[in-house]
Amino acid sequence: MTTIATQPSLPTRAPVARPGRISLAGDLWRRRLIIGIVMIYAGLLIIAPIAALVTGAFAQGLGAVVEALLQPEVLGAFWRTLYIALIILVVHTLFGTAVAWMLVRHKFPGRNWLNGLIDLPFAVSAVVVGYMLLLLFGRNSPLGPWLEAINLKVAFAIPGMVLATLFVTLPFMIRELMPVLEEFGIEQEQAAATLGANAWQTFWWVTFPALRWGFIYGLTLTFARALGEFGAVLVIGGGVQGRTETATLYIFRALEERQYVGAYSAALVLGVFSLLLVLGTDWLRRREK
Amino acid sequence: MTTSFRTLPASETRVPWGRWGVRAIALTYLVVILIIPLTVIVQDGLREGLSGLWASVTTPLAWSALRLTLWTSAVMAIINGVMGLLTAYVLVRYSFLGKSILNALVDLPLAIPTLVTGVMLVVLYGPQTIVGGWLKDTFGWRIIFAPPGIILALLFITFPFVVRAVQPVLMSLDSAQEEAAATLGAGAWTTFRRVVFPALAFPLTSGVLLSFARAIGEFGAIVIVAGNIPFKSQVAAVYVLGQVESENRLGASAVSIVMLAIAFGLVLLVNGLQKRRGPSEV
Repeated sequence: MTTIATQPSLPTRAPVARPGRISLAGDLWRRRLIIGIVMIYAGLLIIAPIAALVTGAFAQGLGAVVEALLQPEVLGAFWRTLYIALIILVVHTLFGTAVAWMLVRHKFPGRNWLNGLIDLPFAVSAVVVGYMLLLLFGRNSPLGPWLEAINLKVAFAIPGMVLATLFVTLPFMIRELMPVLEEFGIEQEQAAATLGANAWQTFWWVTFPALRWGFIYGLTLTFARALGEFGAVLVIGGGVQGRTETATLYIFRALEERQYVGAYSAALVLGVFSLLLVLGTDWLRRREK
Repeated sequence: MTTSFRTLPASETRVPWGRWGVRAIALTYLVVILIIPLTVIVQDGLREGLSGLWASVTTPLAWSALRLTLWTSAVMAIINGVMGLLTAYVLVRYSFLGKSILNALVDLPLAIPTLVTGVMLVVLYGPQTIVGGWLKDTFGWRIIFAPPGIILALLFITFPFVVRAVQPVLMSLDSAQEEAAATLGAGAWTTFRRVVFPALAFPLTSGVLLSFARAIGEFGAIVIVAGNIPFKSQVAAVYVLGQVESENRLGASAVSIVMLAIAFGLVLLVNGLQKRRGPSEV
């Protein structure tokens, strides 16, 4: 084929060359080179750091890892992470569904504008999220004295960390539900209504089962993101050891205090857990289809 | 379809209540979670007007943090654009051993907390490690606590952005056009430049811009990899954290607003581009 490229003065020959082979014919070596470059890039960028973390965590053996993870402060931090993530799941399931429903089913002025707003959390720095909430609920904030009066601690406490994580994870549930809801349409719901089902029955028996995968995937992504949240909970929670320290905040502190085995082990557990969560759901969904 | 409802007056009277209930809940939720916090920070940063905001942003420390953020993000965006395009091309047009693994690798960064990404890079490139020590002794390169570490962390995090933007468009692109170009005597490079690239220019741009927007605010990975050395490795997000801790409210709010404005602007730009091109892409 290179002969064709070097002899543009003979275009009449080209159609004669078996057309099926033309796309394959592109220089075999160039093709190997491009594949090689991409594989090396992905290997160095993605796989090498992952491999380094695994070897780093196990540098002193499995016993050291287990021992590091079973320290009460580490268990407490992981427990706090899990606790916050579970609250996030419940809240986003209820309210995220309502928002997705409104954006798909209702027509009202400003709908497009609102739809664009949903993605904003993707573009806001985690630190800024925490700081916004600190401005709202902190000591010097307008709400500060009022919160103190009803004895509700938001900043440097779990409620603030929940709010921060809610902000950061807002888009996932809604963005997973919306396309499924759009695709599902309203014919089956209308059929159910015609047969005498009330709105709630229709939702529970007809719509909800159809949205199943949207829910499962939305919940997984939300959960994985909530587990890994760091910047926002650091600013609003303060990372007080034993009170507002989550798994990510523990890793940060352990690194600063040079407790490398603890930091690496906890990072490995957190990484592997989120990875399994997302990949596992992906695998399930593909099998379902 | 509406006729079936007409025969059921009961459901017709019930629907508006449910509709308004859902809408009220959804709107309240969005206002509380999204809109109030964003309004508060904008209002706080503009307390002393635009000139006050400008003065806070242009203090030497804030300015150097913003500059570092912007140039490392720009370098990342360029590398990510080239390598993302190449990766997508390889994934769509070639079949080879390990292709499905590569395809799965692309999504991996989305599932790993960015703080963990930072820890990984420190374990790999830290000055006391084998690789980090070797790079430092042989080439004199410092990766950790320096801009290269920031760029690597950003590349890791944004790896899927360009690939996943370009891939579907490339898939829908008929390879017959490329074959026609080759048949007409175009070399591989000419075919790519004149036939493939123009079709991909738009998804490529949107992928690059979104990865840049994402990079502006990154904190978790960078604070681990680059630390907090003023004028050297302190990025905008880390600067904001420092100002919050030292209770310099105007400084923190001003730089936050600048970061928000850049990221929002880019996201809006990408959305606008997408709308103009029709909803078929991304």
